Amino acid sequence: MSGILLVVEHRQGQLRPVSLEVIGAAVAAKEASGEAITVTVLAAQPDAYVDALKLAGVDEIVTVQTAHDAFDPDTYEAVTRALIDARAPSLVLLPHTIDTLGYAAPLAAKGNYGFTTDAFGLARDGDAWLATRSGYGQKVNMEIEFPDKATVVVTLRPGSFKAPEDVATPTVSTFAAPAVTLRSTHIEFEEPAASSAVDIPGAEFILSIGRGIGEETHVEQFKELADAVGAALGCSRPIADSGWLPKAHQVGQSGKTAAACKLYIAMGISGSVQHMAGMKHVDNIIAVNTDPEASIFTIARYGIVGDIFEIGEELRTHF
Amino acid sequence: MKILVTIKQVVSLDEDFELRDDGRDVEADFHVFDLNEWDHYALEEAMRLKEAAGGDIEVVVATIGPDSADEELRKCLAKGADRAVRIWSDDLEESDPIAIARVLAALARKETPDMIFTGVQASDHAYGATGMALAGLLDWPHAAVVAGLDYAPGAQTATARRELEGGAYATVKLQCPAVLTLQLGINTPRYASLRGIKQAASRPIETVTPDALGLAAGQIGAAGSLSRVRRVYVPSVGRATMLEGTPAEQAARLANLIKEFRGEAK
Repeated sequence: MSGILLVVEHRQGQLRPVSLEVIGAAVAAKEASGEAITVTVLAAQPDAYVDALKLAGVDEIVTVQTAHDAFDPDTYEAVTRALIDARAPSLVLLPHTIDTLGYAAPLAAKGNYGFTTDAFGLARDGDAWLATRSGYGQKVNMEIEFPDKATVVVTLRPGSFKAPEDVATPTVSTFAAPAVTLRSTHIEFEEPAASSAVDIPGAEFILSIGRGIGEETHVEQFKELADAVGAALGCSRPIADSGWLPKAHQVGQSGKTAAACKLYIAMGISGSVQHMAGMKHVDNIIAVNTDPEASIFTIARYGIVGDIFEIGEELRTHF
Repeated sequence: MKILVTIKQVVSLDEDFELRDDGRDVEADFHVFDLNEWDHYALEEAMRLKEAAGGDIEVVVATIGPDSADEELRKCLAKGADRAVRIWSDDLEESDPIAIARVLAALARKETPDMIFTGVQASDHAYGATGMALAGLLDWPHAAVVAGLDYAPGAQTATARRELEGGAYATVKLQCPAVLTLQLGINTPRYASLRGIKQAASRPIETVTPDALGLAAGQIGAAGSLSRVRRVYVPSVGRATMLEGTPAEQAARLANLIKEFRGEAK
């Protein structure tokens, strides 16, 4: 068994950037193992994505034409299995995303491949692959091995690997998709609801609130605080899920990325992987939290262990 | 009509926790148990369907775990689940999410539910794998990260609104029975009533062994797993510069940082 197989991801005509990060991880794995990289793209018109995948380190690009363009778990599972059967790779790398949550585990469980998810580290130990992931709410790292597995499937945490920058000229071939009886049908995409009230991706300064605010009635005082200091008001998932703020305020994987942000003040936010996905790149993060062990302090530049209401009130006196 | 809801007793860690001597896990003395956050939503969705159907739906909650997991099953009974099943034997130690899914699949074959709901992931290890592995092993239609569900009990299809990245959604129609992993926010989970909690304390929890489900030794525990934890360690992580002092002093320094950022600092 040899070779590194990747399946990239696209949505509504756009290659998802995380796919290129997975190529970056594969290039490092190739350096460690000497195994060739095959990048696969499934789409109604897969050729459209080929140029963007011609990156340094990629040996082959395989295009698979599918009946429908939108993600379907049965199709992705069947094609990936057929490719594993045909190519016998030692390693299959996928992004850890909403789409792969739908098919990576069934693929591995039925195929009896080695399998783990949300890895942010990948290493070679002799002939074997090792993956590193978090455990216990990111309090520990877990080094995962795959005894006696000739093929190992690993999904990789977005934001953990760098996409290659240089281009190359890999060979391009086609692979015929196996016949799949679809059991689900894609109906429609819904774009995020537009909001004129807040522009999280465009904001340079965001003050963000989380579960720590406790009650819906406390939202207002933080809204006023954000206004007073000149920040856009962001929030973590529980606040939006509860309907206390519109979804447009939500920062994180399923919300918005604080793309232009230079100063991010997180108040009462513990710092889940999903929240950090939307803001950990910000240069100046200041966290205010009563829990000194909160994950957010591991990425913040400055931290205040304290009560967000007290700090908030005191802060108001300065503006 | 029956809905199977699979749940997990998740573990968070006490402060100053220690690793086990073999270095492959955290010492169990430092475990703090709770019901996985996602499972409250999965159970709630089943309860809503039951109530909308006038009660003609049996909601069965099931978990794999030792005695301590009964506590989480009782929380589900207290919220109105009809039956609770716990599967365990020491042979299930060392099970990874796929080995867990093999056991759940064996239970599902015996229970023959009309739908299976699970959480998207568990708050401790966040594999996001068990529910969909279960679907694969049963060879049932499936959808992951469902944030909205339109399903009439007994119907041949369900419409699921999957939450995507960046605030987008995709709606899919899928055949039933199906396995769905449900996302936070799909509903607002109820709290158990005091009466429910009181009654749940004395209700039976069915305990089942893997043997009784017809599982062979090679299918469970380490042998049925696709991965093995080689080592657990505490990573060296970044640490914020802490602003110390009274709240007034801390806030003053925070104010200065903000003013500096705005180009107003003295």
